[in-house]
Amino acid sequence: MEIREYVLVIVLGAAAVTLLPRVLPLLLLSRVTLPGWLRVWLAQVPVAVLAALLAQEIAFEGGRLVPLSQNAAAMAIVPVLLVAALTRSLIGAVVCGVVVMALLRAAGA
Amino acid sequence: MSDAPSLSPSSPSGGFAAGGRAALPVVLGYLSIGFAAGVVQRGSGLSVAEVMLLSLVLYAGSAQFVVASLIAAAVSPASAIATVFFVNLRHLLLASALAPHCRSFRWWQNALIGAQLTDETFVIAWGRLTGAAGAAISARWMLGLNLSAYSVWALANLAGALLGERVGSVRALGFDFALAAMFGALLVLQLSAQARAPEPERAGSARGAGSAGVAAGVMVALLAGALSVAATLSLPGHWNILLATFVAATAGMLLQQWKSANTSS
Repeated sequence: MEIREYVLVIVLGAAAVTLLPRVLPLLLLSRVTLPGWLRVWLAQVPVAVLAALLAQEIAFEGGRLVPLSQNAAAMAIVPVLLVAALTRSLIGAVVCGVVVMALLRAAGA
Repeated sequence: MSDAPSLSPSSPSGGFAAGGRAALPVVLGYLSIGFAAGVVQRGSGLSVAEVMLLSLVLYAGSAQFVVASLIAAAVSPASAIATVFFVNLRHLLLASALAPHCRSFRWWQNALIGAQLTDETFVIAWGRLTGAAGAAISARWMLGLNLSAYSVWALANLAGALLGERVGSVRALGFDFALAAMFGALLVLQLSAQARAPEPERAGSARGAGSAGVAAGVMVALLAGALSVAATLSLPGHWNILLATFVAATAGMLLQQWKSANTSS
């Protein structure tokens, strides 16, 4: 139960460089009126970020590209998207994904 | 399973407790991902205290997985910190998108809200803003939402760090897929929220922008996904998410401008 200096330095440094991009826009941009085109651009950001993160999670495992034919995540994401679209339940979709993935792994996919 | 705690505002009041309840969809995701993160971090040689330091001070899911693997590889602190910077730079865009809706908050409230901003709590807040009711967000509601997510994340990390060895493989249980499932579900909910509500600043414009809005959103999503994979394969470093977001959002914006120019003329 100890904290090494090496780890402490990394965590504090990583926290500092994470904090700035999280906090600065809220402190600065909330004081000015943004032009319309910029607000339209920012409105596209959530979908773009989520899709980029999702593709990353699905396509790679341990830094390696997983071919579609052997990609269990690409199979398991299909019922997740359907459940989310039909029920609008985030919890339901995540549970469904975890269960389907466990079943796929059990089946040796 | 009720869909009440989904993206629609579950309560007309926008107080601290309502914000905490709005976090409910994120809680289950964080329980499983946070547990997996605790197990993985412990497995890369971090002590329980170090796991808690990461989850309480850094508080960033994907970056914690990255840090754990970098520490296990004993990389230099400078390169580990630089990597986390690029992995987390997308928060700059999320915080910028949220900022126009936080203008009435005090500066310290905005600082606190930003410090606890995650992909998931952002999407919950964004869903309230763009939902059918088009509700506003209050500082207390945001803080309630963030604090619930933050506490659950820390507890799940702790549980994973303490119990990880007894659970065996989180892979076999499918827990490691919870993050991807959450991103996928949030994406679908975000797209359908956009379909229901026209652009906030252009309310009252042609209804039936619904299906066209979804088509544009799906295009942005496909472009961002393809670019992020392509950038990972072809570029060194961790620019992929940022680059993909920037290009896809710009394409989406140009499409919107072009569509509104066509309908107004």
